Amino acid sequence: MKEFGYQRALDVPGALALLDADADARFLGGGTNLVDLMKAGVERPSRLVDVRELPLDRIEPTADGGLRIGATVTNSDLAAHPGVRRRYPALAQAVLAGASGQLRNMATVGGNLLQRTRCGYFTDVTKACNKRVPGSGCPAVEGEHRNHAILGASSHCVAVHPSDMAVALAAFDAVVSYETAGGPGELPLTEFYLPVGGTPHLETALPQGALITGVTLPPAPVAALSRYRKVRERASYAFAIGSVAAALDVRDGVTREARLAFGAVASKPWRARAAERVLTGAPADAGTFAAAADAELAAAEPLPHNAYKVTLMRNLVVAVLTGLAEEAAR
Amino acid sequence: MAPPPSSAFDSSITLNINGDKHTLTVDHRTTLLDALRERLDLTGSKKGCDQGQCGACTVLLDGRRAVSCLQLAVAAEGRAITTVEGLSDEGQLHPVQQAFLDLDGYQCGYCTPGQICSAVAVIEEHAAGWPSAVTEDVRPEAGPPPLSAEEIRERMSGNLCRCSAYVSIVQAVARAAATVQAEPATAAPAGAEEAAA
Repeated sequence: MKEFGYQRALDVPGALALLDADADARFLGGGTNLVDLMKAGVERPSRLVDVRELPLDRIEPTADGGLRIGATVTNSDLAAHPGVRRRYPALAQAVLAGASGQLRNMATVGGNLLQRTRCGYFTDVTKACNKRVPGSGCPAVEGEHRNHAILGASSHCVAVHPSDMAVALAAFDAVVSYETAGGPGELPLTEFYLPVGGTPHLETALPQGALITGVTLPPAPVAALSRYRKVRERASYAFAIGSVAAALDVRDGVTREARLAFGAVASKPWRARAAERVLTGAPADAGTFAAAADAELAAAEPLPHNAYKVTLMRNLVVAVLTGLAEEAAR
Repeated sequence: MAPPPSSAFDSSITLNINGDKHTLTVDHRTTLLDALRERLDLTGSKKGCDQGQCGACTVLLDGRRAVSCLQLAVAAEGRAITTVEGLSDEGQLHPVQQAFLDLDGYQCGYCTPGQICSAVAVIEEHAAGWPSAVTEDVRPEAGPPPLSAEEIRERMSGNLCRCSAYVSIVQAVARAAATVQAEPATAAPAGAEEAAA
């Protein structure tokens, strides 16, 4: 590991000043991804600015009935919070589906959003990777891509975003707040991650030197009946090969409102708006759920070894929505 | 006193470990695990994968379990660190340690300190009402799930055992949980107030 400086920030202006817009410096949250990548030589920061002790560790109700989640709230505290569990249960489920108890105690909400892909070519510095070394190539396209993207990828990169939490946040219209030396800003989570295109090394729309300060969930009564379901290759403690966050408002057998987002299929949490359009106003039955999944997955461009994900996601959508519709009828 | 830091890449820090203060100068690259084992002779915490994947290095930070291999020592200053060496009380083994002994919750023993630290926290997390990924209904109204074998397996999934002593580990955690059931949790979830409901 390369040597680095370390400084601890106690407030947001102090953190921004310490980072000083230095492109080689990094904010350190829980460190569960950054420290790991530093050991692997993927990240080689000149300095770390420790932001874990910033006063951003609260989850508070907003005036309009939503929730504001501070950036340094740990994954554990987010998943344990009564308001999250009651009003956005799929968010608590998504967080609990990720990593291990130890890692959830360390990991922060801000860091979760900024974690990097677990693509094996990205994390192996002896391999080419357009995300790590722009222009060096993407061996995954011709190589190991069983767990890679089927939606929104490009020939330059087919990596997926690994977060479970962000999938539920995308379904619930979360907005990311940040601070820069020039003032604050906001980005809807669905616009937070940049399209892959020819620039997979540019991952988010955050300005250089910006610090995520929190995530706001707008009020979403539909989210009270929501579910996160994750498919993985072992029962626990593994990244998804496909996941769904869903919420349904069903009255008299008809879907009045639906929220749907997919995980582990794209470089970002994939808000399934085409599917939501099919669901809204239609009968809440398996046929409609399958049609909704097909509408979203029509844009899928699978590679030879991950075509199974199209079927997996279709089945997952039908299963999760069917379960929610049954729950709504009880 | 530790020697003063010699460059921008070192810091003099004081770590609070098992109630004792240790002052030392560390290269910022030093993980808490390496500081414990290589600098402070606290070799109970084990290095398995050194990538946060096996749980052998699990310690408690401010009462919560964490993998010390991904925790920089310099960033642990100011936190209450508890290692497996700090669990017993004046020679009296912690109920989790006793249960692992009584029920053979190990074979080679390498992962055991991490398993035990993790289990101590699992019991407290469950007592504080935290749901898990296998909790069917996470809503607070549903109440805490019973600490079933399925719940224990999920909650302990961050600790791998290559001898695969899992059957006995699950039994040991269940017995220890029953033993400490009456004790209050020390790791209550922050922000647990109902105001946000």
